[in-house]
Amino acid sequence: MEYLVDLANAFLWMFNFLILPALTYGSTLALGALGVTLIFGILRFAHFAHGDMMAFGAMISLIGVELLNRFGYFSYPIPAGLLFLPIAMILTVLLALVLDQTVYKYYRRVKSPPVVFVMASIGVMFLLNGLTRLIKGPELSVFNAQQTFSVESINVSSLIKQLGERAVRIKTDFSTKEDIVQVTEPEFIFFTVREFKAATGFAEGFGLDLIQVTTFVSAVVIFLGLYFFLKRTRTGKAMRAYSDNEELALLSGIDPQRVVFFTWTIAGCLAAVAGTMYGLDKGYKPFTYFQMLLPIFAATIVGGIGHPQGAIIGGYLIAFSEIVITANYKKVANYLLPEQLEVVGNLQLLGTEYKFSVSFLILVIVLLFRPTGIFRGKVF
Amino acid sequence: MTLLKAIKMSGGYGGADILKNCTIEVDRGEIVVIVGPNGAGKSTAMKAIFGMIELHNGSIQMDGVEISKIAPQQRVRHGMAFVPQSNNVFHSLTVEENLEMGAFLRRDNLTESINEVFKLFPVLQEKRQQMAGELSGGQRQQLAFGRALMTNPTLLMLDEPTAGVSPNVMDELFNRILEIKETHIAILIVEQNARQALSIADRGYVLVNGENRHTGSGKMLLANSQVRRSFLGG
Repeated sequence: MEYLVDLANAFLWMFNFLILPALTYGSTLALGALGVTLIFGILRFAHFAHGDMMAFGAMISLIGVELLNRFGYFSYPIPAGLLFLPIAMILTVLLALVLDQTVYKYYRRVKSPPVVFVMASIGVMFLLNGLTRLIKGPELSVFNAQQTFSVESINVSSLIKQLGERAVRIKTDFSTKEDIVQVTEPEFIFFTVREFKAATGFAEGFGLDLIQVTTFVSAVVIFLGLYFFLKRTRTGKAMRAYSDNEELALLSGIDPQRVVFFTWTIAGCLAAVAGTMYGLDKGYKPFTYFQMLLPIFAATIVGGIGHPQGAIIGGYLIAFSEIVITANYKKVANYLLPEQLEVVGNLQLLGTEYKFSVSFLILVIVLLFRPTGIFRGKVF
Repeated sequence: MTLLKAIKMSGGYGGADILKNCTIEVDRGEIVVIVGPNGAGKSTAMKAIFGMIELHNGSIQMDGVEISKIAPQQRVRHGMAFVPQSNNVFHSLTVEENLEMGAFLRRDNLTESINEVFKLFPVLQEKRQQMAGELSGGQRQQLAFGRALMTNPTLLMLDEPTAGVSPNVMDELFNRILEIKETHIAILIVEQNARQALSIADRGYVLVNGENRHTGSGKMLLANSQVRRSFLGG
């Protein structure tokens, strides 16, 4: 009986520290990889600016949230980032279309080889890198940063009613000797680890918040929607046909302009969603999005570049591998091993600072042994 | 009644002309075959008619309308349909989706046309949900014909339809072509396999070096000793 409790505790620990974070992180990777794979399948080049396009989308959401908060409004319990997601999607799509018209269209017209497109996309990457830093700066910003208001400018009691007592604090400013109100918008949490433990009596537990749930659910909804779009609609089928055989698509009267337009529209939306979701979970910092290029490309290639299903599976595979390999299993081991074998030090394969080497390693192994990825064959 | 009039076409892929004053005409509902030795410009002539090659001379008329200046997609609207020699189906799409894509320009209900194609090629109906890439060579060729027929063409152009298939399948494909003709669609074929192609043709053109060398009914060309000696192996 006691062993069963230990087993449950070990599982609960893994659920809280491995499975939940991997599902959230994997969802954002999968959304990013879907965009990369779509662009590769149809426009036939590796889109290196994708990470920074995600950063752009996240930045728009963040600016929206900051503006809203500055005027004294808070969207709790809905994460404010979600509120501005539609605007972020529209602007990211516009950015993608403008970049296509000004940069990639020319190379398509002169029929440049793929490597020229890749180089151009690296240029675009640096451009966006600069753009996001120019607008929002390079530092880490969170979606629920502390806001300060003067007492007169804000209705304190209604704020407390909306956000709870712990989120609103009244202080006296040292220099001006005036009363100020400090507000930190809380996250909506279904239950915390502590509450779980108290309710169930287990030594380990897991907490669940709205951002984790929305990230996973919206990713699944988008996967299904995209699948339906590509399989059932006229435009989706035309995109698959164009990706499969460009010449024949032209002979059949499929308009390449339209296909390119839809590709960037979908890729832009996916980038904005992935970027915003990641920012809500971990905070917005442009450099982390640039770093995410590696796991995203690893996910794309593991799944078989050009395959949407592959990108989804690849995204979760990379996320799980990164987290499983860099986790510290000390607690799990102590629950499962007999007392005499107690682990005192850390039980960790690799420090978390090396998590990117995991995607790199997977990338190398896949390219060596199965360069076509999990899904073989033609694109889509 | 002449359907297609491609008169005195001259042009090529840039550089030296491949076609020199080449003329091809097709009447409504007939099978016309273009034969000739390797490099004679047979496929080039067909691509020029469909607008995939720019001509610096000559005129192309469909039903009396001059079409030599418009893009291939636009020529589809004038009743032309083209089946390329290779890569002529969407491998990763199902048989049915291939047919739908063939009719991409049409906004009306496709069910009737799809059923007509299934009537002509029953094997496609059996495999309608299969990926085109999983079909055998002969089945794939039938799907390519079917895809082209989805635009309701008056002229179907086939570029070496029997290249790379076994002799049995070749016979089958020629039978199918005759069945397509029964539906009053004119067919223009470029063929390596000249003897068999001329035997089903109403008329034939023998091209040499991009020029018309012999023209006549299929039977006449088969009987012509010069044609037989040069192109049909005696």
